Amino acid sequence: MLSRRIIPCLDVREGKVVKGVRFRDHVVMGEIVDLALRYRDEGADELVFYDITASPEGRGVDRGWVERVASVIDIPFCVAGGIRSVEEARAVLYAGADKISVNSPALERPGLIDELAEAFGVQCVVVGIDSLRDADGEWRVRQYTGDPSRTQALARRTLDWIIEAQHRGAGEIVLNCMGSDGVRRGYDLEQLGVARAVCQVPLIASGGAGAPEHFHAAFAEADVDGALAASVFHSGAIAIPELKRYLRGQGDVVRP
Amino acid sequence: MAVVLVDSGGTNIGSVRYALQRLGVDAALTSDAAAIRAADKVILPGVGAAGPGMARLRELELVEVIRALTQPVLGVCLGMQLLCAHSEEADTACLGLVPATVRRFTEAPGLRVPHMGWNRLQGRREHPLLAGLGEDDWAYFVHSYAVPVGDYTLATCDFGGPFSAVVAAGNFHGMQFHPERSASTGAKLLKNFLAL
Repeated sequence: MLSRRIIPCLDVREGKVVKGVRFRDHVVMGEIVDLALRYRDEGADELVFYDITASPEGRGVDRGWVERVASVIDIPFCVAGGIRSVEEARAVLYAGADKISVNSPALERPGLIDELAEAFGVQCVVVGIDSLRDADGEWRVRQYTGDPSRTQALARRTLDWIIEAQHRGAGEIVLNCMGSDGVRRGYDLEQLGVARAVCQVPLIASGGAGAPEHFHAAFAEADVDGALAASVFHSGAIAIPELKRYLRGQGDVVRP
Repeated sequence: MAVVLVDSGGTNIGSVRYALQRLGVDAALTSDAAAIRAADKVILPGVGAAGPGMARLRELELVEVIRALTQPVLGVCLGMQLLCAHSEEADTACLGLVPATVRRFTEAPGLRVPHMGWNRLQGRREHPLLAGLGEDDWAYFVHSYAVPVGDYTLATCDFGGPFSAVVAAGNFHGMQFHPERSASTGAKLLKNFLAL
């Protein structure tokens, strides 16, 4: 049986791993390769690297660290941030990434998803979605969230975008619920549950993990395929081996 | 030992090459027929679709070269599917070295295609390729098409029913998952292949 995935997310800024609270005030957490190896050894199922400044600054991902990670890591990893063309995606995939994730550039030009799926197959194409609930109760998509001064609220409804992204060729959706991100009070189960109902491809929960129970709730209640977290892993608040033992005890299927 | 990676155009070639480097083997990436024939071990990686994969091998004039190989050959992911007779993916005739038809997974409640993630290897048969594999070995899969279980199946995996995770037919072997991304289990299996 397919296991639920535990996915540490490493936000990369100028070659270092950083983490902010509610996407602001980034602090350096460590070196990319050191953290990648640590998570591999602890039993992470996959890693996601977000170059959080690439998209707002309109530049692509620095391929040097992608190659360094690929040469030492033997678990899958995904690279996100600033990939806005098939050629840039190809360079990142050839550098050794297993998947590429697009967010803001796909909102600028949704046809990018079709082009990436056509060129590399849907299994390589992840669409990341930053979503926040508006005053009218509707979840809508945010763009350029790597830079708070440039973050934009879009008219696009999150659920519409999840559906459109799948039609265009997204092989996986990472739904980052910004309202719960960085504050460790649990994943946004309500939003994830609604997203799950319209998402036929793997769905990854992001934003809000603070305790092992939050991971179990995301799997058991929102039926997500994987759960992504950053600060609780970087800070050591949750150790992956203990988390997996706990999840197995709760009846979740996880890799040892 | 000369190990070559057939330059089939897949994006996972770099990852497979790094995995071999971690095992102390520097594999050459080549599309040269003479180099492939002369190698001790041949690996056919692959990510993408069956149609373009076969088109690429035809373009490189490697179809007959691969069919005639007698040394151990390993197809990885799409590479394993290309070793089969036929793929339902765009109704593609493949290399015909493993007597199987590659079929698409059918979506069902709770069964999200592509089959993406870690899954357990089961139903193991005795074979040097699987030496040292235990009951709790997991591998990383990413695919929408799969090889049914048959006489050629060495290990299975379950995703809405069993399918072939590892196959062998004579000197031709295949792994549906990505050994280069399957942590220590993957490294063990690649090491076993290099020792065949």
